[in-house]
Amino acid sequence: MKGLSRDRWWSVLVLLPSVLLLAVFVYGFIGRTIYVSLTDWGNDPAQALAATPIIRWVGLANYQDLFTGFLQVRFRQELVNTIFFTVFFILGCLGLGLGLALLLDRNPKGEGLWRTLFLFPMSLSFIVTGTIWRWMLQPQGGLNQFPTVFGLPPGSFGWLSSTDAIWQFDWNKLPLLTAVVVALVLVWLAVRALRAADRARAVISGLCAALLLGWALFVGPNVKILPAPELHGFNLALIGIIIAAVWQMSGYTMALYLAGLRGIPEELREAARVDGASEVGMYRHVVFPLLSPITLSAMIILGHISLKIFDLVYAMAGPDNTYTSVPALNMYLTSFRQNQFALGAAIGTILLILVAVVIVPYLRSAFRSEEGHA
Amino acid sequence: MTTTLPTTTAAPTSRKGRVGRIGLYVLLLLGALFFLLPVYLLVATALKTPDAINLATTWQWPRVLNWQSFVEAWAKVGGNLGNSLFLAVTSTILAALLGSLNGYALSKWKFRGAHFLFALMLFGMFIPYQAVLIPLFQFVKALGLYGSIWGLILAHVVYGLPITTLIFRNYYAEVPDALIEAATIDGAGFWSIYRQVVWPLSLPAFVVVIIWEFTQVWNEFLFAATLTNTSSQPVTYALSQLAGGQAVSWNLPMAGAILAALPTLLVYILLGRYFVRGLLAGSVKG
Repeated sequence: MKGLSRDRWWSVLVLLPSVLLLAVFVYGFIGRTIYVSLTDWGNDPAQALAATPIIRWVGLANYQDLFTGFLQVRFRQELVNTIFFTVFFILGCLGLGLGLALLLDRNPKGEGLWRTLFLFPMSLSFIVTGTIWRWMLQPQGGLNQFPTVFGLPPGSFGWLSSTDAIWQFDWNKLPLLTAVVVALVLVWLAVRALRAADRARAVISGLCAALLLGWALFVGPNVKILPAPELHGFNLALIGIIIAAVWQMSGYTMALYLAGLRGIPEELREAARVDGASEVGMYRHVVFPLLSPITLSAMIILGHISLKIFDLVYAMAGPDNTYTSVPALNMYLTSFRQNQFALGAAIGTILLILVAVVIVPYLRSAFRSEEGHA
Repeated sequence: MTTTLPTTTAAPTSRKGRVGRIGLYVLLLLGALFFLLPVYLLVATALKTPDAINLATTWQWPRVLNWQSFVEAWAKVGGNLGNSLFLAVTSTILAALLGSLNGYALSKWKFRGAHFLFALMLFGMFIPYQAVLIPLFQFVKALGLYGSIWGLILAHVVYGLPITTLIFRNYYAEVPDALIEAATIDGAGFWSIYRQVVWPLSLPAFVVVIIWEFTQVWNEFLFAATLTNTSSQPVTYALSQLAGGQAVSWNLPMAGAILAALPTLLVYILLGRYFVRGLLAGSVKG
């Protein structure tokens, strides 16, 4: 027993350096970033790189500046870009990855070769991918010239240079829109709770939804966070970057789905066929439901990658193209080119919150189920 | 095929099956086209002379192959490739060794709260590095390591720990506990079990971790751009500078991109199976 406890001490001792390092480098640094984001460090250029800068506490002023400040239009467009980028990137990777996995699951000849082909971009860095696709998407070259190979006229789409946007909305309406969306989610939760006969939860959700909707009806329309209307939407120049990102990452979803498909026992499919299910019906009622946990994992992994992505944008459109920029890129430029550390820290904190919303529930559920097994 | 199955129903399905097979290969070829077109353009452009690069003839294969671009690109990024190699090898070895010990301690010497501790560690794998970049920069500077490759190595080792620990932990979980118990009964302790039982079994996990971590470090850009200066910059940063200018002739960045991509590409082509295993481990379930 004595030896055993000494072994346990060794295991703790072995873990200690890593735990300490991560405690400092992850949690300590996050705390420090949050602190910096609440100061004015670097807002006065003279103080930014001073040996002992005068740093004042300014509370949430940097955040307020980012969301409502006259000079931070770029950041707001970036937030919108990130949302659109994430949605289309995830849809593209899931669709293409699932499609390719379904094809490979039919055991074509040379399966290993196909798989290698679809997955190789994963081994490249976003900088390499970005460099290649930057050339692919030159406004007068690359993809736009591709039709000429078949004797057709060249295309004219402004891949990385377009300044057009679709689905625009007024930033002033953001509180209103947010309130409506949250209220609708609450209504949905209330209905679900009602169906599950959970009256307390239904009443609370319903009340909150009613409050929000009431606010949206009577107060929301008069709330103005900016002096003038400010339109943001889905910039078409992002399409090229989304294609390149899908090119790089869809092999990942393919690998995930293929592993999932191979894990479905053949007997299950046979049983469905014997029961008279058509091929399509078999996929719809047997295969796809079994793949849905994989879809969820893939969405979470891809989602956190897309929220953090910036090297691809940097390499494809350059750091100064505001139409295609993302917060992760802005954070780097604000902090290390303009030396506005507090503002950069605020953007970093916002990014962290976005990623944590996706990742924390995921980690929690992953470890709760594991703890259950143990 | 010499069974008594009625052949009348087999004929239509096989024709349908043949159409299906052709459709399958057509779709696969289309997919392959999407993945290979950029590569064709990359190689074709890298092999053209600067004056042969013109937007209208983008897709033509060069008439004369010009290998000079690779020589020029090597002159510009060769040193950075060396930096990347040193950086990736050193950080990978350190992160793998620490990860192996962590994984062993976490999976074979479970203590209360080990799961929770591990989840806390794992969070470090997912955070956007922008959220720690400013303090990291200050810290590395305070250590006097700013601009040296060692600051970068430190960052990569620390932020590589979650994934290496994860892979080893999941791998060691498969090692039967009975083996460990038998060794304890024979009087072996923490270290002798690691050396004599766990370490000899670890090779496959090391291969996965090394390949995965090497690729990640080689391809990383944010730390490279923030923590180093010209003498110690890895190749991703050098390539971004090479390709970033407006008036560049495109043969040079394309050749540079090939040089920067080759090491990880070769690793992937030669050892793809282990690469995919690391990839799947990244989605937490082992």
